[in-house]
Amino acid sequence: MLLLEQLGRKTVAAVEEAGYLTTLLAESLFWIACGPFYRQPVRISSVFTQMMQIGIAAIPIVFVLSFAIGVMLAIQGIHTLKAFGAEEQVVLGIAFSVTREFGPLITGILIAGRSGSALAARIGTMQVNQEIDALRVMGINPVRYLVAPALLAVLVMVPALTFFSDLAALFGGAVYSGIEMGLSFDAYVHQSLDVLEVDDIMQGLIKSVVFAVIIVMVGVVNGFAVKGGAEGVGRATTRSVVMAISCIVIADMIFTYYLNR
Amino acid sequence: MARPGKTPAIEVRDLVTHYGRTEILHGVNMTVEEGEIMIIMGGSGSGKSTLLRYLLGLSRPTSGSIYMLGKDITRLSPREMHELRKNMGVAFQGGALLSSMSVGENVQLPLLEHTRLDRKTMQIMARMKLEVVNLGGFEHMMPAQLSGGMIKRAAVARAIVMDPKLMFFDEPSAGLDPVVSAELDELILRLRDAMNMTMVVVTHELESAMKIADRITVLDRGNILMIGTVEEVQASDNERIQALLNRRPSTGEVAADEYLERLTRA
Repeated sequence: MLLLEQLGRKTVAAVEEAGYLTTLLAESLFWIACGPFYRQPVRISSVFTQMMQIGIAAIPIVFVLSFAIGVMLAIQGIHTLKAFGAEEQVVLGIAFSVTREFGPLITGILIAGRSGSALAARIGTMQVNQEIDALRVMGINPVRYLVAPALLAVLVMVPALTFFSDLAALFGGAVYSGIEMGLSFDAYVHQSLDVLEVDDIMQGLIKSVVFAVIIVMVGVVNGFAVKGGAEGVGRATTRSVVMAISCIVIADMIFTYYLNR
Repeated sequence: MARPGKTPAIEVRDLVTHYGRTEILHGVNMTVEEGEIMIIMGGSGSGKSTLLRYLLGLSRPTSGSIYMLGKDITRLSPREMHELRKNMGVAFQGGALLSSMSVGENVQLPLLEHTRLDRKTMQIMARMKLEVVNLGGFEHMMPAQLSGGMIKRAAVARAIVMDPKLMFFDEPSAGLDPVVSAELDELILRLRDAMNMTMVVVTHELESAMKIADRITVLDRGNILMIGTVEEVQASDNERIQALLNRRPSTGEVAADEYLERLTRA
């Protein structure tokens, strides 16, 4: 009985949170689209600040991780394909799995850990210090001022980083294949371009847009929900990372299923 | 209290509020006249911070109405509320300066969001307000580099940068040493005289309340005990007001049965 009651409460809370997330998302989109007509535009300068923090500053780490993924895929691919004597096919394997799966996934997880958590911590701290209240009494809508710029920034930067990640991972694959099989870089690029279609890249980019929305909204919802001082901020940060990554992986599965039917 | 023919700056009618299922304010009525300094006093848990939240329009009350400059903020559209907020300044307890911006940028923020002045003019206006609160030359500092008293004064500068008609202070002297706290009291009086603002100050500091108040509202457990001038409040024979004034611990009578029930309740 108690278990059932707990389950019920948790479900209600989860639905409530999902509803709140949707409202915040709708409100952010409203401010992005209609803010200028109300003389309360989303400031371009804060969008660029966010883009620098979320996107540009993440380039080195995205490169390193994606390159490593590319190398890893090459190692595994060559090892597996050797059994069939079809090592040359590794290029095809890497090209597809990177653009359709690993590029968006690794970028999404990385940005969730790096920027989603930062967003939760920042908004949570502002909540604790009454800075959110201060914004509201000054007539500055916190969603327009804090959420909308971050949303715009990730919507541009996460797909951009995903594309960059695709290139870095393919490069990693090329380097390893070159060393292991003596495949020239030119030949690798040529073969990759031969098998890849616009659709493959697009599939990854569509997913990355979904991941971008998840990252920002989960971070923001957890940030606004902070109660109870510094400890609350810490808890919200952890929760937002775990939740964002879980949502990304599950959303990835669902989208992959529908995009490949 | 309202003088005929003149609308009060703030009028609260039968305000009832809840936190979860608990009723916090049980039908509060009060008015604040234009240019008046109204102190809201009460011990912790009296509901004074709650009352302030509702006056600022940060939460929606269960019932009752709150008139600010003649408009009921419980029924205003977001757009009208947005306009009204330009006439309200708030100095929060901890200052609530945005920590990612310098003091000068904080003070300029309302101008940047609500006016179309050019950057130079905003800068000059912000500097003028910082001079008013004796923080001239500190505009490039970050909030983290300031002392508690300075942060509160910077918050006042930000609150008055739009020349609001209504000004709210939440515990201005909390966490400050007596000298700094006295300076802040002086500042509040000076602002009222210079700019003829209506002020609402929430505090539990007796001394500062007595010094700056025109009238005092005494809140206790969500009810208004009395509203009156400093002399009237001091002369009151209400036991709980006297306990508050003389800093006596409240010894509420508890029935033995009720006490036992509370201890043994499942």
